[in-house]
Amino acid sequence: MDQFTINLLFVGGSFALYIGIAIWARAGSTSEFYAAGRGVHPVTNGMATAADWMSAASFISMAGLIAFTGYDNSTFLMGWTGGYVLLALLLAPYLRKFGKYTVSEFIGDRYYSQTARIVAVVCLIIASVTYVIGQMTGVGVAFGRFLEVSNTTGLLIGAAVVFAYAVFGGMKGVTYTQVAQYVVLITAYTIPAVFISLQLTGNPVPALGLFGDHVASGEPLLAKLDGLLVELGFNEYTTHNGDTFNMVLFTLSLMIGTAGLPHVIMRFFTVPKVSDARWSAGWALVFIALLYLTAPAVGAMARLNITDMMWPNGTAGEAVSIETIENDPKYDWMQTWQKTGLLGWEDKNGDGKIQYYNDKAESLQARAEENGWKGNELTNFNRDILVLANPEIANLPGWVIGLVAAGGLAAALSTAAGLLLAISSAVSHDLVKGWLNPTISEKGELMWARVSMAVAIAVATYLGLNPPGFAAQTVALAFGLAAASIFPALMMGIFTKVNSRGAVAGMIAGISVTLIYIFLHKGWLFIPDTNSFTDAAPLLGTIKSTSFGAVGALVNFAVAYFVSKSSAPIPADIEKLVESVRVPRGAGTAQAH
Amino acid sequence: MSDNSSSNAYWSANLRLIVISLIIWALVSFGLGILLRPLVSGIAVGGTDLGFWFAQQGSILVFLGIIFFYAWRMNSLDREHGVDEE
Repeated sequence: MDQFTINLLFVGGSFALYIGIAIWARAGSTSEFYAAGRGVHPVTNGMATAADWMSAASFISMAGLIAFTGYDNSTFLMGWTGGYVLLALLLAPYLRKFGKYTVSEFIGDRYYSQTARIVAVVCLIIASVTYVIGQMTGVGVAFGRFLEVSNTTGLLIGAAVVFAYAVFGGMKGVTYTQVAQYVVLITAYTIPAVFISLQLTGNPVPALGLFGDHVASGEPLLAKLDGLLVELGFNEYTTHNGDTFNMVLFTLSLMIGTAGLPHVIMRFFTVPKVSDARWSAGWALVFIALLYLTAPAVGAMARLNITDMMWPNGTAGEAVSIETIENDPKYDWMQTWQKTGLLGWEDKNGDGKIQYYNDKAESLQARAEENGWKGNELTNFNRDILVLANPEIANLPGWVIGLVAAGGLAAALSTAAGLLLAISSAVSHDLVKGWLNPTISEKGELMWARVSMAVAIAVATYLGLNPPGFAAQTVALAFGLAAASIFPALMMGIFTKVNSRGAVAGMIAGISVTLIYIFLHKGWLFIPDTNSFTDAAPLLGTIKSTSFGAVGALVNFAVAYFVSKSSAPIPADIEKLVESVRVPRGAGTAQAH
Repeated sequence: MSDNSSSNAYWSANLRLIVISLIIWALVSFGLGILLRPLVSGIAVGGTDLGFWFAQQGSILVFLGIIFFYAWRMNSLDREHGVDEE
């Protein structure tokens, strides 16, 4: 059986499974559509949260970004897990005690203001749509590869599938489907990692293999990798090369953003009790950590394997020849990925070999001159292909490759579905029913939900064709936006007596400065070539647009504090509400709005 | 809800726990993983140093510990102060 058929079988089989579950647990009423009737056990909820949370960014994109940068991109690992600490300690139990269905309902009630609610809804929609753009980038890569078509075609097919899939069921269908998706994605991520770790280090646990010895050379794996990279003029893998301030700020943005994203927070509304909400965050992180502890090993080991492939005779010897790439089955992956347009090479000096090295490095100039190299010839290696190509690079059996394709799609789909659900509930429930047309029928509300999903996915697909960055980088922008708007409003709502005006001014200030800063660097509305600055030379010092969310959050807190100080304090009944949110007693089941 | 003094004591106990947890949270990630890495660079861990391990593994494991400890401690604080959901 050829690889294409195997991929189709795995992807098709996993889809049939999800759709089967969605039909079996189909949402009936509106409240079921949003919150699964609050009957979900913390462990189940944790697993579903993990699937919801780990998207194309975590699965497809992150290890590639770590692989090609090394230590400096540990930010993704710390940022996307550290946010769960904030979520568990500062938000989850209180929001569950409050007992409504959506984030904006909490903000609307706590700040006793329709305006606050609408502002929150708009912030949620902006952050979620940005997030979906990142997902579509990943979906394009995954569909492009497994259907063996161009990235663009893959993206369009993927968009149709995501839409059909998200319209199908509500949260209840989604909760159980997501448990299945978690199982598929974690298996798909860890199996190749275990194989590769065994090949390279003899240790079956990738997280331990990463710090183990490289079997072939007897050196520690990371020391070996550092050595190879330096010989090719790249930075050492384990050293800190970038800017420390930006690294701290970026990590902080990801952490705060994690605790401000609606599709994750919504999950904690669906556990039976306040104490369960505390455990739930922990269980979610257990399931997430299984992937996040493996990802750095995947990155480092893939980088080692790629270097070995390009320099089969060692970095001091001859580079791989085009003849080998075209004829040796070990190099088939390069041919298949070339078709997607995401991998490319060019024999610039016409010597029939492909030299992969850092042509900007001083240390390599002499060697390049001596051997007649005319620059790096592995001209394009899209970071987002690394995880999907990884089993092929390591020459693993065909079924592993099919499994990884299914896993990558599970990751992208589950998150896209969760986000589309959050967007559609924000539009239909909060904007339409809560504001524009309170008397709308349940049927009308569901119609709005579906139309807004369709619009969101169309916008995301259009922008996904020319994404503002690799999947994980685009997603990082969404985190910045959530960090600057929603998290401060929620936290102040629970821990302080900030009033309505303060919260509204804070959210508007936070999201505006962040959005403007991002647009200045990534193009207005993410349209290419409309930017005035780049992240290589940012407007403010060393602060990249991906890291600005933490600054936006600070602006939000500060503006809210000062505006609140200079206007009337919160009314007595809201003071009571804040007191009651702080203690678990009397949580009961949630009221329908 | 129980009387005010008990719920104030409950809330300040909660805040104390949160502050301690967040100090540890920042120490392992921003601290050992990034800013304090040069200080512990002498401690070798499998081909690299302790800071690298904290940035890519250790911080995540500590985060897990913090969340489960907080959940366990808060659930017993709820009962001590009589504010749990019966």
